[in-house]
Amino acid sequence: MSTTFAPEVLGAAKAAARAGGQDTYWRGVGRRLLRDRVTLVCGAILVVMALLIVLAPLIAPYGPTDGSIARRLKPIGTPGYLLGTDELGRDMLSRLLYGGRFSWFVGITPVVLAFFIGGTIGIIAGFAGGKTNMAIMRVTDVFYAFPSVLLAVAVSGSLGAGILNAIMSLTIVFIPPIIRVAESVTTGVRNLDYAEAARATGAGARSIVLVHVLPNVLGPIFIYATSLVGVSMIIASGLSFLGLGIKPPDPEWGLMLNTLRTAIYSQPMIATLPGICIFLTSVCFNFVSDGLRTAMDVRA
Amino acid sequence: MLFYIVRRVVYVIPIALAVSLVCFLLVHIAPGDPIDAMVQPDTPQEVIDRVRSEYGLDRPLPVQFGLWLAKLVQGDFGTSLIKGRPVLPDLVSASGATFVLACTGGLLGVLAGCILGGIAGVYRESWLDRVLLGTAVAGVSVPHYWLGMVMVIIFSVNLNLLPAMGSGPGGSTAWAWDWAHLRYLILPSVTLAVIPAGIVTRTVRGLVSDIISQDYITTLRGKGLRRAGIVRHVVLNAAPTVLAVVGLQLANLMGGSILVETVFAWPGTGMMLNTAIFQRDLPVLQATTLLLALFFVVLNLVVDLIQTAIDPRISRR
Repeated sequence: MSTTFAPEVLGAAKAAARAGGQDTYWRGVGRRLLRDRVTLVCGAILVVMALLIVLAPLIAPYGPTDGSIARRLKPIGTPGYLLGTDELGRDMLSRLLYGGRFSWFVGITPVVLAFFIGGTIGIIAGFAGGKTNMAIMRVTDVFYAFPSVLLAVAVSGSLGAGILNAIMSLTIVFIPPIIRVAESVTTGVRNLDYAEAARATGAGARSIVLVHVLPNVLGPIFIYATSLVGVSMIIASGLSFLGLGIKPPDPEWGLMLNTLRTAIYSQPMIATLPGICIFLTSVCFNFVSDGLRTAMDVRA
Repeated sequence: MLFYIVRRVVYVIPIALAVSLVCFLLVHIAPGDPIDAMVQPDTPQEVIDRVRSEYGLDRPLPVQFGLWLAKLVQGDFGTSLIKGRPVLPDLVSASGATFVLACTGGLLGVLAGCILGGIAGVYRESWLDRVLLGTAVAGVSVPHYWLGMVMVIIFSVNLNLLPAMGSGPGGSTAWAWDWAHLRYLILPSVTLAVIPAGIVTRTVRGLVSDIISQDYITTLRGKGLRRAGIVRHVVLNAAPTVLAVVGLQLANLMGGSILVETVFAWPGTGMMLNTAIFQRDLPVLQATTLLLALFFVVLNLVVDLIQTAIDPRISRR
């Protein structure tokens, strides 16, 4: 067995590895990941960011909305204000830490929701085939006819500002592509010999899906979903940037970027800080997703 | 071939109808009575009733949709609640501005992507390839609204080289292809170009490295074909896929330039959407979304047809 697996032979490879007492599939994945320095570094950055964000109340020197006009736009490195203060005199470091909570939440939740909803629908479409497949895929086509940013902006623009509305509109954006991927991998697995053999030996639809289809399609769908997190972060903060996400005075990186636009003449470094946070998160998620894809050797 | 083309063109009709339905429903997913979103809060009751019957909001939804479609076909895209005049003329001039921006940005992005991706594909698995691929991932991950701000800080605030906002001298919105106007186009279009550049780089890199490892390329090499000839073969084989990606990116830029337009105050559809959302001017939001989505549908059709024309295998699938 070579070290490269197409998704459809993953199951067979796993079984062969187990039987032969060689490396298991997941051990191979782990070994490939450990060798991939870019993925490791990006993963570490993400873990550190996640910790900082979760522990924000313990770390942040000030509350996210505490401010005084008297000390507005202090430069980076001011004693007591490590990253300076914003246009309303609020501590940038505290706001970035707290802001990350909203940015991460609004960026990641839609992908998770879309993974479950779109994955389920896509697997049903792929496994059922025929008219059910046609119906589901044609409806999906309609949402494909919208550029993703436009769809997100239009839906959350109609629903009005707010975190839940932003999450809902982004979920709508990511469900169709996930359905497509889930449908195509499921269709592929469904027509393979071992699924056919299970059917021939009298296995019901339920057990075929649970035993044969799910373990072989979840990987590719999951990898595809992780590749959407970076985009989702950008669009989510973009919605807030447009005033469609979190309402002030709550901190969120996109919203902070927008309100700090007035400061680009006096404190350009501070004005760009929230954007650097968005960029760093998005870049790291994309590299980790690429690394996982290579390590798991998924082509989807 | 002809059958395929006809089928593809006909398939656009249900898609366009469904897209219109989604845009139609946009106003209706807005919380509360849609009429509240359509009139100012202090409007007298009789005006509300008149608007309600004008828009047919007292009828069942399917009938409303039919009426709305009938108006659309006659070129009536609705009336702006704030300006009180038809949306279409403003929409047309805004689309023009967005088109100029999206095409320039798209062209820059595709050019950069093809060059960088081509180099990465030829020198695959080398350090150069890894650097270029890393750059491409970074490009795809850039929040372009932030990049726009950074560009303004560098080129407008610090170097004072290029204007930070607008699309022409003195705040004029009429476009012309001269230096006075082009200066305004540089920053927003470069900002817009970064994401497609990243995507195209990855696509082209994958294609080129796949193609040059094919047997027929080895054969051509063995037969002594010069480098230019090999490049020609690679380009021709990569073209259909690249074209599909480029079409998709261009359409995405038309619909997705809202953030960049907001940063640079570019007077296009994105600005229009932004203003409409801010003022809760739902008919404008609806009309703009519809026009951009229909453009996306048509562009996808055109890309498919061009692909079929240059690669006849597609129609036989």
